[in-house]
Amino acid sequence: MSEQPASTTSQPTRLTGAEIVWATLEGEGVREVFGYPGGAILPIYDALRKYPIRHILVRHEQGAAHMADGYARASGKVGVAVATSGPGATNLVTGIATAMMDSVPLVCITGQISSKLLGTDAFQEVDITGITLPITKHNYVITRTQDIARVLREAFLIASSGRPGPVLVDITKDAQQGLADFDFAAAAPTPHRPHPMLSAEHDAISEAIKLILSAKRPIILAGHGVLDSNAMNQLRTLAERLQIPVASTLLGIGAFPASHELSLGMMGMHGEAWVNQAIQQSDLLIACGMRFDDRVTGVLTSYAPNAKKIHIEIDPAEINKNVKADIALIGDLREILETLLPQIAPRKDSTWIRAVNTLKGDAAVRDIKNLPDLGHLYAAHVIHDLWRATDGKAIVVTDVGQHQMWEAQYYKHDAPRTLITSGGLGTMGFALPAAIGAKIACPNKEVWVIAGDGGFQMTAAELSTLVQEHLDINIAVINNGFLGMVRQWQEFMYERNYACSPILSPDFVKLAGAHGIPGATVRSRADVLPAVETARKSGGPFLINFMVEKEDAVYPMIAPGSALDEMIRRPSNGHDPLIETSEEP
Amino acid sequence: MLHTFVALVEDKPGVLTRVASLFRRLNINIISLTVGHSERSDVSRMTIVAEAAAGAGHRIKASLFKLENVIDVDDVGQFSCVTRELALIKVAATPHTRAPIFQLAEIFRARVVDLAPESLMLEITGVSSKIEGLIQVLMEGDNEILEISRTGRMVMRRGQHTSRVLDAMRVPSPEEEPIIPVTATGNSSLELLSGDPNHPL
Repeated sequence: MSEQPASTTSQPTRLTGAEIVWATLEGEGVREVFGYPGGAILPIYDALRKYPIRHILVRHEQGAAHMADGYARASGKVGVAVATSGPGATNLVTGIATAMMDSVPLVCITGQISSKLLGTDAFQEVDITGITLPITKHNYVITRTQDIARVLREAFLIASSGRPGPVLVDITKDAQQGLADFDFAAAAPTPHRPHPMLSAEHDAISEAIKLILSAKRPIILAGHGVLDSNAMNQLRTLAERLQIPVASTLLGIGAFPASHELSLGMMGMHGEAWVNQAIQQSDLLIACGMRFDDRVTGVLTSYAPNAKKIHIEIDPAEINKNVKADIALIGDLREILETLLPQIAPRKDSTWIRAVNTLKGDAAVRDIKNLPDLGHLYAAHVIHDLWRATDGKAIVVTDVGQHQMWEAQYYKHDAPRTLITSGGLGTMGFALPAAIGAKIACPNKEVWVIAGDGGFQMTAAELSTLVQEHLDINIAVINNGFLGMVRQWQEFMYERNYACSPILSPDFVKLAGAHGIPGATVRSRADVLPAVETARKSGGPFLINFMVEKEDAVYPMIAPGSALDEMIRRPSNGHDPLIETSEEP
Repeated sequence: MLHTFVALVEDKPGVLTRVASLFRRLNINIISLTVGHSERSDVSRMTIVAEAAAGAGHRIKASLFKLENVIDVDDVGQFSCVTRELALIKVAATPHTRAPIFQLAEIFRARVVDLAPESLMLEITGVSSKIEGLIQVLMEGDNEILEISRTGRMVMRRGQHTSRVLDAMRVPSPEEEPIIPVTATGNSSLELLSGDPNHPL
């Protein structure tokens, strides 16, 4: 975004508002946008042909927001979605809320009816800035052509700076049609206001170093902020220098290589048992760019009871929100780690890491091995084989539910930005459109969609977008005939009353076929790898419909209201789930 | 407990909604909220009094800072401050029953600002307890209170304290740039929510 193309000069040129929109996007380095035209944004669409920007026509505006989101998560750049007023704008809402919860930088541009008609209930008028006020980092209405460049540039700065997030810019039709001088450089936003709560005070830094050096059982908790501040190397240096094991949040997966000997894997509700046990035994948590979400901590009163907490976080509002921090270092994670590292000498003591490895055992492998052999296909098998086939190097975009947790458990991500998933909002229907965005951002990377049969149907219309844009994306539908996670909760907490969780699906292979996408249905373990290889070699999109065990559950699981180490474990053959706590031998 | 915040915010349409919406989202009731001009032409000053748990101050302050239009926030509860509230109180009174009310007004240093055949209006400034004291004695004296309008609290820290954020931003002070009323062609072009200042919204 810092690069400015040669076409933007400091000489003002006279342009329409619509042209200014594209010229400003071009100046901000935008090459692709995701959108859907309509009446109140037609001037902007009319001007598109004059600018070297690729427009991806979606099938529903929710898809545009998710695509921009997937684009942003895969590339680290700001994703741009465009929609018309009224229903076009409201259809963006779920996608904007998804990006807000996961701190993803988006700029959403919506058309609005002419400023003279505002508030008159004109055709396709909706108060989209009012609607999106709590789910955007900031939003604007522009009613004057001369404000477009400056507001848009400010929107890019706000979306991508600090804790990133979505910004919505609503532009009235008359502002799009008016004329104004355009000077990209002169429209640069003023430097951000100073933030008095952003401070890694010198005293706090030295206190943090003292705590880190004196800890016997430290754990690093790596969150999404590691990716956002590009602190992967600094985090790895800290972990390796002091032999500190690293646990990841769902969105922190990829921030630390999963195959690294210090990697514990995902923590929390569906984290591996040893990860949560290690956290409960720890005497120091170094929380890096994470927010102690309820899915991560279990019940707060018994969370890591023996641990001091150092919370390194850019958003002061996250400090002491859920877990009280003994030391809060507020600011950019990479800068803070770079301040810490020179003051930390390497340590050889491996007592703690050996203790953690004892906890580790072979639980994940054991769980797969212990699956009852009824000739059925299990989702864990599918994910495990997909990981092997792709050498762990694909960008995997998941939907939300059981398959999402299995992906997080069984696909080992070594590189950042290779797992794209809706964490905070848990938006079903996210996977397919977000994968389209990711593929546009990274055309040379292998991209896989992993979705459940429920969520896939929510946004399956975007298959048509995928074909129209000639995108090579492979799709794995984990099909168990249920809204699986809902069914699992009903099994564990609602006496197996499967209210409205069985779901009928179309023949997904025929659905793909109707779009000209080849596909296959897989029902047994032996067919998984060959089908995956067929998909990878097909040279285009491919859909595999994996018919998996209907009533499988994600283990371990921490039931709501339970402590982090009170986990429901996968039952051994023919037995009920057993509760395993760290107190047990 | 009661928390009191002074927020310096950009003087633009929609900013009040953003601040109020934040408290709504946190499920915190606003006891009073006053807004007006500050010493800077483009900065409004809010005093927000809210009922929230004792430990909630930090989170409210940090959340206010997340609003792009908020320039500085001060959690003033812990500091020595001057707190003032103004109230207008309309009391039913005839020429025959005015005298005791005049006496009460004098004791409370309230001023009579309107006198009509059937009513009079008192203006009182002070801390909230003083205003509530006057209202109470008026009621105990069998006076019929027709209307009460209270501004809510305004708070300013004692001593030389000013906003370090504003100082750091070097926003032009009134001496350097006279206060210009915002007009349709005014200098406030970054418009929020309903952007047109002339629009009825």
